[in-house]
Amino acid sequence: MIYLDNSATTPPYPEVLETYRIVSERFFANPSSIHRLGGKSEDLLNKSRQQAADLLGVKENEVIFTSGGTEGNNFAIKGAALKYRHRGQHLITTRVEHPASRNAFEQLEALGFEVTYLEVDENGRISVDDFKEALREDTLLVSIIHVNNELGTIQPVKEIGKLLKSKPKTLFHVDHVQGLAKVPLNFKESGIDLCTVSGHKIHGPKGTGILYVREGVSLEPLLAGGGQEFAQRSGTENLPAIAGMVKALRITMEKSQKGIAQLESLNAKIREALESHPLVTIHSNAQESAPHILNATVKGIRAEVLIHALEEEEIYISTKSACSSKDTGASEILLACHIPEAVAKQAIRISMSFENTEAEINTFIAAFKKKVGELEKVREA
Amino acid sequence: MNYETLIIRYGEIALKGKNKKSFYDTLYDRVKEQLKGLSALTIKKHFDHIEVQLNGLDYRTVADRIKHVFGIQSIRAAIIVDNELTSLQEGSLKVVKDIEAEVKTFKISARRKNKKYPMNSKELNHALGSYVLQNTENITVDVHHPDVNIQVEVLEESTRIYGKVIKGAGGLPVGSAGKVMLMLSGGIDSPVAAYMMMKRGATIEAIHFHSPPYTNDRAKQKVIDLAATLKKFGGRLKLHVVPFTNAQIAIRDSMPDNYRMTIMRRMMLRIAERLAIKYDALAIATGESLGQVASQTLESMNTINEVTNFPVLRPLVSTDKVDIIDIAKKIGTYDISIRPYEDCCTLFLPRAPKTKPKREQANRFEKSLAIEALIEEALAGVETIDIGKEAEAIEDLL
Repeated sequence: MIYLDNSATTPPYPEVLETYRIVSERFFANPSSIHRLGGKSEDLLNKSRQQAADLLGVKENEVIFTSGGTEGNNFAIKGAALKYRHRGQHLITTRVEHPASRNAFEQLEALGFEVTYLEVDENGRISVDDFKEALREDTLLVSIIHVNNELGTIQPVKEIGKLLKSKPKTLFHVDHVQGLAKVPLNFKESGIDLCTVSGHKIHGPKGTGILYVREGVSLEPLLAGGGQEFAQRSGTENLPAIAGMVKALRITMEKSQKGIAQLESLNAKIREALESHPLVTIHSNAQESAPHILNATVKGIRAEVLIHALEEEEIYISTKSACSSKDTGASEILLACHIPEAVAKQAIRISMSFENTEAEINTFIAAFKKKVGELEKVREA
Repeated sequence: MNYETLIIRYGEIALKGKNKKSFYDTLYDRVKEQLKGLSALTIKKHFDHIEVQLNGLDYRTVADRIKHVFGIQSIRAAIIVDNELTSLQEGSLKVVKDIEAEVKTFKISARRKNKKYPMNSKELNHALGSYVLQNTENITVDVHHPDVNIQVEVLEESTRIYGKVIKGAGGLPVGSAGKVMLMLSGGIDSPVAAYMMMKRGATIEAIHFHSPPYTNDRAKQKVIDLAATLKKFGGRLKLHVVPFTNAQIAIRDSMPDNYRMTIMRRMMLRIAERLAIKYDALAIATGESLGQVASQTLESMNTINEVTNFPVLRPLVSTDKVDIIDIAKKIGTYDISIRPYEDCCTLFLPRAPKTKPKREQANRFEKSLAIEALIEEALAGVETIDIGKEAEAIEDLL
């Protein structure tokens, strides 16, 4: 099997599953219970938090464990807007956010907030000048996806963070779900106040994530209850998943430096093969995109047909974002980049992880060419 | 900014003459212990420094773990560039820019270990210094008293440029000075005393007196948490929990009110001495500070100390409470120490214990106490907790 749908989710590392199993068995007690077993669970929770903080370059009290990217984005955006609405009613985001952010903003619009959606160029990138223009005295939150989940476009998060350093009343949230470990981002240096990451995109268990909340910022909780996670996010902690995610985070971060170099070389390889193909248009810009995501259209071949054809060879790629790929319309992200609807509808996404090898990519390229050749004949016939 | 490597330099160890090697080995072990679990790192032991190659990890994560290790003078983050002059210039500029906000003046000190390098150190200093000056605004050169000295080390294949300096904890590496039995009550002072002893290289084993059911599991957990906090200064740590209920009841029932405290302390010290002998410790340490409470007057110390001829080290003896509290906050034990669970020290004691007890009196009263039997009983029930081990089991999961 060659798995190239890593932006949808990744297979968990065996070591992560081992931790998940052991913690489920031996650390089942509630970390809030005052007996010894509870204390043991609490120790593991604290240590997990400390390690996550170390790996992300932040403080322990800035790590809030969540259920993943959707919760992180919702919590950061709505939690900040509701908590600090006295500072202003204006919010800034982009046209190319993940639905977890986009729909959260729509909910806030319904509550009376005003949202500026920054337009993007043909590569899916916002312009810093547009941002400067949109920024106002009453802007209370800026939320930007660091690496787009469909195109892989990297947004100028560092520049925006720099600009916002002189605006202490405007909070800055970054959706770093796709970028984690693959496109390094220093939260502190980039002036980020809130940052969402997800466990299952880095070979951790599903249903896990971290929201970084800078010290000094507090959010309106979305989940009221027993006051876990610094009274920010209630609910008994999902300790096996948390420990598993933190382990996955460690393994991924340790692989990061070599892994990025490898992704870059694999990316170049696929790009070279696809670019020379007369029917293929690559949508992901070579200079401004993350190394693990490649989005392309094969002219005249429907995306789902190609995906199922590759499936026969046990090769798995995807159409646009898995979160919206079941509906048949064109990707809103690609449309925002002014890609014609007919082309956008047929886009495929190849997304890699540090685990993909050169041999796998060679096999994929050969299979891709073969299948496209076959399908092309059918089309002509 | 991304540094590639950390250079750890030791301080006082360098003065230790022939013992230097064993001091240095000990320091190396302590550094490795604190970095356990960060398997991306490459740790190298050079002749006069330890190098930690970061391989992509943030230098702050690594420095935060080792800045507590005693024996380290300074930690310096460095970048590695190729030997082209333009790379050296850009590298020097990058490093200066990273610390520009914190300093006003700098100097460049280039050293060539690669003597075949076409420029000599003086020429390098000039070429790099002027390049940095041309490309920065608020910083000037001061060759005599610079705020920061940017060292540039030209090696055979590559060049190291040193930037950010992190101050080390000083002292001597834990494990270089033998073992001390420390009496750890759960209060504010004794963890600080442990820290002070560790700073001078002592390995600590802690003794805690526990009197269930009068003192509860949470009081014990508090001490375990304190010991775990101390672990970051010196690696694994053993905690001996001594059951003390029966000794305290016997003292309450048969000793005069105003001598109960003195005699209880004498019992504790006797037990501590036995444990010291059993576990090869050469001294006993306490968090006592002269005059702080009734048991810490000179008269009390004199009377209590009579029961052992082991050195009883009192690193805080002349430190004021406010200063002790400051250290406790700095080392992270204060918040644990102020948890409100009662420890055995205050159990069954009169409101006004004797502040000027006498040896003769104490000896006379103790004649009616089954000292040896109580000691034996307490020693038989000691529970030894390997603080590092529990934490390591958790670390292995992560």
